[in-house]
Amino acid sequence: MFRNQYDSDISVWSPQGRLHQVEYALEAVKQGSAAVGLRSKTHAVLVAVKRTPGDLASYQKKMIRIDDHMGVAIAGLTSDARVLSNYMRTEAMRSKMLYNRPLPIGRIVSALADKAQVNTQNYGGRPYGVGLLVIGQDETGPHLFECSPSGNNFEYYAMAIGARGQSAKTYLERHYEQFAEASLEDLVHHGLQALKATLQQDKKLDTDNASVAFVGENQKFTVLEGEALTSYLARLGSTDAPAAAAAPADVAPMETE
Amino acid sequence: MNRQDQLLDGFYRRDTYSPRVQDMYPRDQPSAFAGVDPVAHTQSPIVTGTSVIALKFQGGVMMAADTLASYGSLARFRDVERLHKLTDTAVLGSTGDVSDYQHVQHMMERLMIREDYHNDGHKLAPPHLFEYLRNVMYHRRSKNDPLWNRFVLAGHHNNTSFLGYVDLQGTTYQSDTIATGFGAHLAQPLLRKAVESRGGPQNVTEEDAIKIIEDCMRVLFYRDARSLNKFQRATIATDRLEITEPYSVDTEWAFAESIRGYGV
Repeated sequence: MFRNQYDSDISVWSPQGRLHQVEYALEAVKQGSAAVGLRSKTHAVLVAVKRTPGDLASYQKKMIRIDDHMGVAIAGLTSDARVLSNYMRTEAMRSKMLYNRPLPIGRIVSALADKAQVNTQNYGGRPYGVGLLVIGQDETGPHLFECSPSGNNFEYYAMAIGARGQSAKTYLERHYEQFAEASLEDLVHHGLQALKATLQQDKKLDTDNASVAFVGENQKFTVLEGEALTSYLARLGSTDAPAAAAAPADVAPMETE
Repeated sequence: MNRQDQLLDGFYRRDTYSPRVQDMYPRDQPSAFAGVDPVAHTQSPIVTGTSVIALKFQGGVMMAADTLASYGSLARFRDVERLHKLTDTAVLGSTGDVSDYQHVQHMMERLMIREDYHNDGHKLAPPHLFEYLRNVMYHRRSKNDPLWNRFVLAGHHNNTSFLGYVDLQGTTYQSDTIATGFGAHLAQPLLRKAVESRGGPQNVTEEDAIKIIEDCMRVLFYRDARSLNKFQRATIATDRLEITEPYSVDTEWAFAESIRGYGV
């Protein structure tokens, strides 16, 4: 049942210097369906693949709008994501009410990381089981951040989380130099190509399971789903995607530290 | 009446916002509160500053206030600076209670330190500071313990000028010209005429603005008995925030000789 004797609660170190419960929480993120984020000089984009428990059920949503200038994509425990996004919305509203200022993206990400860190150090608690990609536009331009249950947070040009996210990262690492000058359409296209790389052999991106969101200087945070994605998916289908080749298995996963 | 009330009674201009607590709870009648003084917040300003005047001009904002802090009608402190630099892009001017103004200065200073600690390139721009101040002022009036001031916040950030007013009730407005206190009656029409006759602030040069401000301050010194011919002038423009040392304008009193009962 247990991987070893040092993982029974959160605040106990293993002799190897690891906190196993925190690492399990990071695994929970990898169990969630993939989400990809990337940004240019003018926009930040999120794309994600939604899952459904079966044909009779709806798809679980992956994008959460926080404010007009900010939103997140989630991978992992949806219920934890709802707690965190609720907190982010409260903070965004507070910033608007108190200072008439849209909440700076980096600040809310730091606050989120502080919340996550507390849950890795208190006896009896558990870390959040969700990873977030946060995009937003503020005074200092468009931003993309990753937040993980370990309390780490980094800003990225492009990032992928969730199941088989490594394949998407490989695509992003090969193409990220084009992102800075890319148009919003091209950015979404790159995102979908990276996302495609995370899919299993027999799966395809379609209007049911794909989800796209973006934000920019004169562009409120917008989520596109369903029929609105037709043109993007058509373009995706017509391109020979070099990204479809998944990452070689012997490549070490990119560390997030 | 206790001794403090006797001192205060009739000595200060008392605003008519509400009856004093002492008047509402006569001490000589039996009361459930016998022997317990009601909590009495500030019901009138004590040491006060008079007008603040300000206007937008081409590429910036200009504001002025004299350096007098009156104790009632007594010109008690003659070197109090009523213009305060908040950030590199914003200046706050205060009419009304000087101690409340100093409290707000400290409060804004704490806010600025909190903001700087983030060290992330984000700055509180004039509209943000204004909203914060508005919240504080409205919060205090809602506690029935107002900060007895009328503030003018002037700023210039990212090539955009800001000029706003907030008072002890939390009322706000923004305008091309603002004047508080006696200046609201005497200077505001002059400021408006000066700006509007030129077709708006974009046609008012900095030299024009200085002239307009100094003319207004001269009129205020002539006619406002709580003013002083010693004032500071703040200029907030692109990459520049400057508050002058206190200075005076020339005045003309020769007419006094021909008026009976005026002086000697």
